[in-house]
Amino acid sequence: MKKLIDFKNFINPIWRENPVFYLMLGLCPLLAVSGSVRDSLGMGIAVIFVLVGSNFTVSVIRKFVPSHVRIPVFIVVIATFVTIADYSIAAFSPEIHRNLGVYLPLIVVNCIILGRAEAFASKNNILNSILDALGTGIGFTIAILLIAIIREALGNGTIFGNPVFGTGYTPFLIMIMPPGAFLVIGFLIAIKQGMTRRRKC
Amino acid sequence: MLNEANLGLIFLSAFIVNNILLIRFLGLCSFFGISTQIKASLGMGIAVIFVTVMACSISWIVYYHLLLPFHLEYLRTVAFILTIASFVQFEEIIIKKKLPALYKAFGIYLPLITTNCAILASAFLGIDYKLSFIQNLIFSIGISSGYCLVIVLFAGIREEIEFSPIPENFRGVPIAFITAGLMSLAFLGFKGLFKL
Repeated sequence: MKKLIDFKNFINPIWRENPVFYLMLGLCPLLAVSGSVRDSLGMGIAVIFVLVGSNFTVSVIRKFVPSHVRIPVFIVVIATFVTIADYSIAAFSPEIHRNLGVYLPLIVVNCIILGRAEAFASKNNILNSILDALGTGIGFTIAILLIAIIREALGNGTIFGNPVFGTGYTPFLIMIMPPGAFLVIGFLIAIKQGMTRRRKC
Repeated sequence: MLNEANLGLIFLSAFIVNNILLIRFLGLCSFFGISTQIKASLGMGIAVIFVTVMACSISWIVYYHLLLPFHLEYLRTVAFILTIASFVQFEEIIIKKKLPALYKAFGIYLPLITTNCAILASAFLGIDYKLSFIQNLIFSIGISSGYCLVIVLFAGIREEIEFSPIPENFRGVPIAFITAGLMSLAFLGFKGLFKL
């Protein structure tokens, strides 16, 4: 029997079923904006907002939408929230909006969001759907911040623009350029695989 | 600016210098998902070329002749995703009816393309760079051929990796990422060719 509120829905996606490291979803924005911690935080907040909004709406309308047109309906719901997020960020922080560029409207096709709407919100009640959205969004934000901190610290010697290694540090430039993103995430997934394997032994 | 360059430069810029997969990081889900076999990658690459070129042209017309005259720019995201989704459906029906052999060759990849962010991104980028219709057409051909080239090259490398001794923790996805990182490093070398 399903509980009215089940906090497992919130805890699970944060680490154990992390949408990025476990399910390998939503890679595009993750790699593209993780060159700077500030932009990544902006992206994380936008994704949490869109996820909560779309999961809530989908859960509310789940009983009225005929199942064969549900995907287009979900996409329109998601696109609406993405447009709201796009214009709000443009109003509050034009700088981050400029840095995120085309990746902000592209949250529409981020598979995490449609995936949660289809797999979770269309089958569960409103409270659980919001918890699931918060957990998944925070899991995504943690992943993107982790990658951004590594990349910005190694590649630029700074975090949030503050120097961390002192003045004598020569930046490892490749890290903030595109190849660095692939390398960092490759190593992080290898570490996670190693941890999972050790636990099983 | 890109919209003042000649058509050849626009094509090269989209094809290699700003490669959609390795430099812009778009369309990665299908890139890592499908690239285990060369044949499947080629099928996906050709399907992407076909859909991107058509979808970009249609969304260009929708933006300049429907959204702009009525001051509905804020509906861009919704309008484009609906255009692409309905176009893919429409195309699937036509190809199934008229060209059954091609339909069989595309298989599952045609419907999957709706959620490929490379396509929506090329539509957005064409508008952001303020390209004309012909420039937009060349730009979308460049982007999608770049996608096709890289996914086929990457599949070739991955087929070889399958038989190589790799540390156990790196098997599967991690080594794929590191390979992509090295390919991206190689493509970064083209940046010196010209600045766009």
